[in-house]
Amino acid sequence: MQLKGNMQGADYIITVDRISKYFGEKAVLMDVNLNIRKGEFVTILGPSGCGKTTLLRLIAGFQTPTEGVIRIAGKDITQTPPHKRPVNTVFQKYALFPHLNVYNNIAFGLKLKKMPGAMMEKKVKQALKTVGMTDYEYRDVDSLSGGQQQRVAIARAIVNEPEVLLLDEPLAALDLKMRKDMQMELKEMHRSLGITFVYVTHDQEEALTLSDRIVVMSEGRIQQIGTPPDIYNEPVNSFVADFIGESNILNGIMIKDKQVMFAGHEFECVDEGFGEMTPVDVVIRPEDLYIFDSSDAAQLTGTVTSCIFKGVHYEMMVDTPNGYEFLVQDYHSFGVGKTVGLLVKPFDIHVMKKERLTNTFDGKMIDETHVEFLGYTFECPAIPDSQAGEEVTVMVDFHDIILQDNTEDGMISGEVKFILYKGDHYHLTVYTDWEEDLFVDTSDVWDDGDTVGITIPADKIRVVKKSS
Amino acid sequence: MITRVVGRAYLWFLLLLLYSPILIIMIFSFTEAKVLGNWTGFSTKLYTSLFSGGVHRSLISAIWNTLAIALIAATVSTILGSIAAIGIYNLRTRSRQAIGFVNSIPILNPDIITGVSLFLLFISFGISQGFTTVVLAHITFCTPYVVLSVLPRLRQMNPNIYEAALDLGATPFQALRKIIVPEIRPGMISGFILAFTLSIDDFAVTIFTIGNEGLETLSTYIYADARKGGLTPELRPLSTIIFVTVLLLLIIINKRAGKIQKVTQ
Repeated sequence: MQLKGNMQGADYIITVDRISKYFGEKAVLMDVNLNIRKGEFVTILGPSGCGKTTLLRLIAGFQTPTEGVIRIAGKDITQTPPHKRPVNTVFQKYALFPHLNVYNNIAFGLKLKKMPGAMMEKKVKQALKTVGMTDYEYRDVDSLSGGQQQRVAIARAIVNEPEVLLLDEPLAALDLKMRKDMQMELKEMHRSLGITFVYVTHDQEEALTLSDRIVVMSEGRIQQIGTPPDIYNEPVNSFVADFIGESNILNGIMIKDKQVMFAGHEFECVDEGFGEMTPVDVVIRPEDLYIFDSSDAAQLTGTVTSCIFKGVHYEMMVDTPNGYEFLVQDYHSFGVGKTVGLLVKPFDIHVMKKERLTNTFDGKMIDETHVEFLGYTFECPAIPDSQAGEEVTVMVDFHDIILQDNTEDGMISGEVKFILYKGDHYHLTVYTDWEEDLFVDTSDVWDDGDTVGITIPADKIRVVKKSS
Repeated sequence: MITRVVGRAYLWFLLLLLYSPILIIMIFSFTEAKVLGNWTGFSTKLYTSLFSGGVHRSLISAIWNTLAIALIAATVSTILGSIAAIGIYNLRTRSRQAIGFVNSIPILNPDIITGVSLFLLFISFGISQGFTTVVLAHITFCTPYVVLSVLPRLRQMNPNIYEAALDLGATPFQALRKIIVPEIRPGMISGFILAFTLSIDDFAVTIFTIGNEGLETLSTYIYADARKGGLTPELRPLSTIIFVTVLLLLIIINKRAGKIQKVTQ
């Protein structure tokens, strides 16, 4: 057992063990666990503000975690300052030293190690060759283009032969063409250098292209870890499905094993073990929907409402008579207004457990008809025999919450921070001023970052006593 | 066309008005007359007598005192101000604004108030006044200017370069010395020159902190000399030299500022 434990430890170059990071009261990372194998190309992927950069900075040592342990090559380095860690970082905005030329930028780390001149020169030249910048030694860094500066930044890091190379959105500042070229070069560098790459990005396509494994993060938590095909084909929840690639995400009901109902129809699928009549999320990738002239083979029929040529394929929106909207990609185009049939194969229907079915809060009774939660006292249906101050659980269904343009009109207010389209309605995550998330189903269109007033009608509040 | 001529004329008239006093001093530094206003023919005798010891020895020692005080005060305030600027830069936004405000008070505060308050401070601590107190006083009013000239350099800096240095194996002190200092050096030099000229030029604060042990700086010497009736003629070439020196320093500062702006654009 002991031996096996050690063996496993040796396999992992980086172990992130139950890391949490708070900035003041605000939790940026919550209970993050991550093991990275030697030589792996791991991408940490997530929208801005999800904590991915913070996680990288904790590994680099620019910040220390509030809780948890980070090990590199089996050694606890949680409190080790950055200059003593066997990692090097490539920063988003290159962070080259402006007063030094290309050679001295790259030699900076070697000079600190007091490496002899001849050897240093050889290493710098080698690093420049690796990044395709031979003969640029004596150029001023300001005279270089963005792509060239980023190459120098990479050379400056790899010349120190780190065990791990950390890359913080290194291509974000480059234009699309340059980015594509650099992606290929990075992959090639990773192969030839044989060192571990930990790569942070918000670009899902970049993550799918480059990585051995992808770590999808959202709101300070890891949502899913897996290979690019795993993440794409088997997303664990609607967030991952929505974030990676394009998808149709719908509410569904698992009738029984291999039988799911959504968009008003029953479909055969391959998933089992969800139980009977269980609410689930259903994901169908737009390229997995077959579209054809309406016929008996169709599982769903609908009308094309838009058709856009995307280069290789056409992207069409299809509305079904019962109010669902599907995104479909196909090599053939079907004109706007045309009635079409849709079909999806059982294998292409991906069923996911719902993360939550309703909003649940901890509340406190004020009197028999008032309950306090989310920092506000709401009127609620009378709860007989309740004591003032009694701790209760409060539940409100997603579609019972009313959002208003004017924050003054609402009982409380919040900010829309995540929008998920569910085929016939939007599922919003609203971050309330009480710093708790509220989930709302609505058919109104809101934008990310909108400030909204929130009203909850008294009769929609369900109060459940906590069984002690 | 006419408006342009009028505009030009107005500008030249204004410049003449502003610079006529110093021009008069400069013109009359090249004549021998004891009284200002008498032109007795071109001569550089006042310049030669200024440098060949033809003047009172106390003027020479006042010049040396002034330069020594300016040099020490400018050096110390450059070091203090740069460190303070780095500290302020690393504060959170709200504290940074607060400290920035506190830093600007001594700059806006009338010199006479600074002088009197420093005088009272030294008295109440029982510090005997002399060279040291003047230097301390000059450091006090020069430091905020250094902070103000270093801070913009820090703001222009890529905030990641300090971390990049640490990442490449530099200790925090090495990163400061090899990366941060070279980055803010132009601001430090401008701050030093500014502090140096402010110190040379100061009278109000100096007169309150110089004590009565016979120590004189240029400004206090000229003040005393003028009160005795009639300026020593050699002060004319001296003023000219100081003016030209300060003018050169100012041109250097402006040139540097222009260059910095060009780089950031």
